[in-house]
Order: sequence, then C-alpha cells, then structure tokens
Amino acid sequence: MQYVFYLFALISIASALFVVSARSPVNSVIALIICFLSIAGHYVLLNAQFLAMVHVIVYTGAIMVLFLFVIMLFNLNTASEPRKTLGTRIAAVVSGGLLLLTLLAAVRVGMETIPAQVGYDGSVGLVRSVGMALFNEFLLPFEVSSVLFLSAMIGAMVLAKKDAPSNLPRPYTGNTVKGAQPPTMGTSRTAE
Amino acid sequence: MNMEPITTAIRTVPLEHYVFLSFTLFCIGIAGVLFRRNTIIILMCLELMFNSVNLLLAAFSSHHSDPSGQVFVFFIMLVAAAEVTVGLAILVMMKRNVDSIDVNQLNRLKW
Repeated sequence: MQYVFYLFALISIASALFVVSARSPVNSVIALIICFLSIAGHYVLLNAQFLAMVHVIVYTGAIMVLFLFVIMLFNLNTASEPRKTLGTRIAAVVSGGLLLLTLLAAVRVGMETIPAQVGYDGSVGLVRSVGMALFNEFLLPFEVSSVLFLSAMIGAMVLAKKDAPSNLPRPYTGNTVKGAQPPTMGTSRTAE
Repeated sequence: MNMEPITTAIRTVPLEHYVFLSFTLFCIGIAGVLFRRNTIIILMCLELMFNSVNLLLAAFSSHHSDPSGQVFVFFIMLVAAAEVTVGLAILVMMKRNVDSIDVNQLNRLKW
C-alpha cells in the first residue's frame, strides 16, 4: 500500500517541475491540476477525506478554472514569454536547491525530537470529527473568514473594474435587438 | 465503513517522507517564482507552495490524530482562494494598464 504514496509523490514532483518549466501557461495549468489531484490522493491516503473533497472542489474545481478563464479571456496563451537571463535562472535554481538542502538537513536532525505517535485514531479525518472541531473550537475564525471572503470579493471587483471615468455615465444606446440576444453586462446596466 | 486497506498506508509511510515531499514541492514553488517572468505562472507557484504546506499540516494532523491541523488546512484553503482572487484581479488590471503580464514591466515597484 505504501507504493501508492511513492507513486503519488512521483506524480506530484514531476508535474510540479512541469509547471515551472512548461512554455505555455495552459500546459502549466494542466500540470498543476494533475499535481493537485495527486495531492488529493495523498489526503485520501492520510485518511483526511474531508480535506480531499474540499481540495478537489476548491482548487481543481474553482481556482484552476479561474486561472484558465483569465488565460482564455485575456488571450495570454503565448508561448513566447521573455525569459530571464541565464544568470538569473541559474541563481533561481541554485537558491531553490540550497533552500531544499538546508531544510532537509535541518529536518534530519529535528525529526528525532518529534514526540512519538500517540494512539492511532481512524476517525480523525472524517467529516464528523473535522466538523466538530470546526464548529466548536474554531467557530469564530470560521465566521471571520467569511468577512475575509467578502472583502476579497469586493476588492477583486474594485480592482478588475475598468476605471475609465469618461464612459461611466454611458448614454443609453438604443438596443434594437434587445431580447434576441442575452444582454451583456454593460448594456444591462445602462438599460435599467 | 471498512477503510482499513487505505488507512494502513498512514502507518507504513513514515512521517519523514511526507516532510521530504512537501519540502521538495515548496522549493520547486520558490524556484518557480524566481525562475519565471510570467505573472500567472508565479501565482501558480504560490498555489504550489500553499499546497505543500497544506500537505505537511495534514500529514502531521493524521499522524498525531488531531483534527485541529486539518481545520487549519481548511482555513489556509479559504485564504488561498481569497488570495488568488485578488491576485488575478491585479493581473487583469496589469494586463489592461501596461498590456503585458511580464513582472519585469513592473520593476518600478522595487524602488
């Protein structure tokens, strides 16, 4: 059974490397989706079923679709991205590798101080136990996160709105074929 | 509810291997942020780093039978969703204003 873990680990690392090295952004997004699905597999192996479901829904279903929408709507899928200079790229890879080396060396010493695994509880990752923890101890952070979501939503709309004050009070241009086609955002706002 | 064949994997895979895996993913994310100039790929590398941290939290939570770690992963997912919304909105604004998503176009922000 543990070979499944190493298979998923191999898939995650390979697709993560492909995210960084792919020329086209759409290929990067697809590789990142594969990486996220393998991480969801890791969650299933860890018996964190609630997290696996939320991960697939939120990341693969919402966030990556958002990325794909932005790439599609703004036609960003150009493979001819200007690359950094060779020195910068080498420095990036070397610094990432050095950080990895440092972390691994620190962990090899530090892992011995971790307390031994207490009695294994098979129900810890199920929806029931996570929900009990979420709505008992963590109820206030849960409510505060809704405020965070609201502010993020308003902030995204404020940022992404076209800020051209000249065409804000847009005059009503008579939409002669109104009803024949679904109204777009601009016309429906001015028409009402 | 017979989850035994799956959950035996928790006890057979040592915790160190989860730590190594998530550190590797985190460093790939950091190298990607430094490596690329495309803002969308930089945002995706940020997501990769978030996910490596989530995996580490979930691994520790499962190995120590404490559901609080998984609740924390849930909150990190919420924050990541909010972050990517604002980040993509900034990207849209950047594409609209300078007609490029190259981060080197914004090098005045370094001053």
